[in-house]
Amino acid sequence: MTTTTPPLLVEPQQSPRKLKAQLRAQEAKTKLSSPWASLIAVVIAVLWTIPTFGLLINSTRADPAPTTSGWWHFWGVDGSFTLSNYSNAWNGNGSTPLYEFILNSVIITLPAVIIPITLALLAAYAFAWIPFKGKNVLFVAVFAMQVVPIQVALIPLLTLYSKFGLNQSFWSIWLSHTIFGLPLAIFLLHNFMKEIPGSLIEAARVDGAGHVTIFVRVLMPLLVPAIVAFGIFQFLWVWNDLLVALTFSGDNTSPITKGIQGLTTQFSQAGNILPAAAILATVVPLIVFLSLQRFFVRGLLAGSVKG
Amino acid sequence: MTHTDIRPGPAPVESRRSNEDQGRGWISYLVWFLIGVVIIALIVMTLQSKGGSGLFYDNQKSHGWLVNAVFAPSSAGQKILVMFLAILLFVVVMGLILWIIDRPRIPKGVLLAGFLGPVVVALSVGLLWSGIRTIIASFQGANAAGDSAGWVGFDNYARVFTKANEHMLINTVLWIFLVPILATAFGLVYATLVDRTRGEALAKALIFLPTAISMVAASVIWKFVYLAPAPTGKEQVGLLNALVDVVGMSPQNWITKYPTGTFALIVVMIWIQAGFAMTILSAAIKAVPDDIVEAAKIDGATGPRLFFSVTLPTIRPTLVVVLTTVAIASLKTFDIVNVMGGNLPSNNILANAFYNQLAVQQPGRAGAFAVLIFIVVIPVIVFNVRQMRKADEIR
Repeated sequence: MTTTTPPLLVEPQQSPRKLKAQLRAQEAKTKLSSPWASLIAVVIAVLWTIPTFGLLINSTRADPAPTTSGWWHFWGVDGSFTLSNYSNAWNGNGSTPLYEFILNSVIITLPAVIIPITLALLAAYAFAWIPFKGKNVLFVAVFAMQVVPIQVALIPLLTLYSKFGLNQSFWSIWLSHTIFGLPLAIFLLHNFMKEIPGSLIEAARVDGAGHVTIFVRVLMPLLVPAIVAFGIFQFLWVWNDLLVALTFSGDNTSPITKGIQGLTTQFSQAGNILPAAAILATVVPLIVFLSLQRFFVRGLLAGSVKG
Repeated sequence: MTHTDIRPGPAPVESRRSNEDQGRGWISYLVWFLIGVVIIALIVMTLQSKGGSGLFYDNQKSHGWLVNAVFAPSSAGQKILVMFLAILLFVVVMGLILWIIDRPRIPKGVLLAGFLGPVVVALSVGLLWSGIRTIIASFQGANAAGDSAGWVGFDNYARVFTKANEHMLINTVLWIFLVPILATAFGLVYATLVDRTRGEALAKALIFLPTAISMVAASVIWKFVYLAPAPTGKEQVGLLNALVDVVGMSPQNWITKYPTGTFALIVVMIWIQAGFAMTILSAAIKAVPDDIVEAAKIDGATGPRLFFSVTLPTIRPTLVVVLTTVAIASLKTFDIVNVMGGNLPSNNILANAFYNQLAVQQPGRAGAFAVLIFIVVIPVIVFNVRQMRKADEIR
């Protein structure tokens, strides 16, 4: 996880410049760059899309086709158009049905997003608005923890969970994702909180509001965009995670990533439903991505990559 | 710009309660003492063997329906129940904490414990102590039960740098250089080309999509590109081999060969990371000040000249951030190698080697790999933070 916030978050004082940029953009649209530039852009876009497109086609080809002929034959040769791969993957067709993995992913993801964000909000508030001795030292310590790769923490946590009898339960996965999400969450939310004018908090103080009231009534409503941005970030991270899942989850608590990983290890039997299963696994993150793209990009710009 | 400024915010709002703390300060000490006790108790537990009955749940015994639902759910109903119970428990506990620290005349130490206590416990045990524990374990061996036991000095580290791990070490270096450089190059070229053109949003979404899906799904997508050659006389199934066939070369088993396997996997990571690089660089390109661009245009700079002499130097700090961020992500890549690499030593990298040792219950050897990842990450991040500082000063 890096600490790097690219130095280009939207700055409020930029608005006149932004307006100018818009004008410039309109002007530039008329004089499109050279045909060569367009050609290169199209080539890159096509290269980037073809593998996914091939998987999508393969997911709709009847049984032996995905593993016996190339997807560019579409529904000719040995495979006609079918959606049965999807129902076979969904119902498991003998092995664990995909819907169980997806249910597990949902069960894992909701608390693993809600808990770290709430805890991080509280901590970020204390760091931003409660003066106390040793604040700087503590904050730098939290800041520095973003550097720690999660690999370093996995085995001791495994031992700890087994002492509590929580191994392979959802609790161990929730707790792990909470711990791993906290440093970045605190750092980002603290940055957002610091930007809220102190006069606003001072005014609430004068009106007799305590820290809890200020936190809940004054700051939370203002922080909704930041919370959503980090929420999506954490959601996608937890949903797409494989390492934590493989380390801590058991047979009954495996998320979808582990399910798909299992299918790839039995390619000879599962190769034909694998494309459909992979598409099903990406449906939820894609919906989140497409519907909340703006927030997601904002989270990305603010937080770069963790792991 | 204050985003990398790690000093906490403008110290505001001095508590008017400080003089009211008198006489109740002992409660603060008590609360923080209890937090310390919890932390130490948890730390002691990580030092013990993994075996034995669990404190909350013993999977050797049979339990009632509710206990099973909470600790070992098997049906969909039980799983949903335990999720709601967990959220409810969290809400109740947090509500209780907020209610307590919202009492009038609460000592400041207690107030702070309410806001910071949970995070302090989670991070000091979960990351700080776990990290230290792993470092200690990396100098220890393991017993049959997979617990750390007995000192072995630097043996675990020495094992890493042997002939058996030659490919793994070379691959790791290839990964942390090739992925960031190529992903950033593609991202930068693409961001520049589609900047302020019609259909920019769609064009960017196409490249960005791989960033949103899991690396596991990405691996499945690319598995069908790299499929092994078909038996002689039959038509190729994998896209790459089909293309190779068309060109007249002989199809390969890309994944199992060295070094094509590593390059094949690196391509997947580039495919994923280019979208990230493009998004951030695109934002940086749009933030290049107009006056600079216009001045350069008046001086006669156009096209590539404008790009290399004006845009590139201006977005340099962002470029550095993207490169280092992608480098660290590449170093920690585990999913792609695990799913696609076929567990072949020739495709291995550091993060995957770590997991392989974890999976075979060798905490010491796994610890050595984890510590090595940590050691490689630190200079990159220090460099990164320095660059950010510099960028801030210029601004």
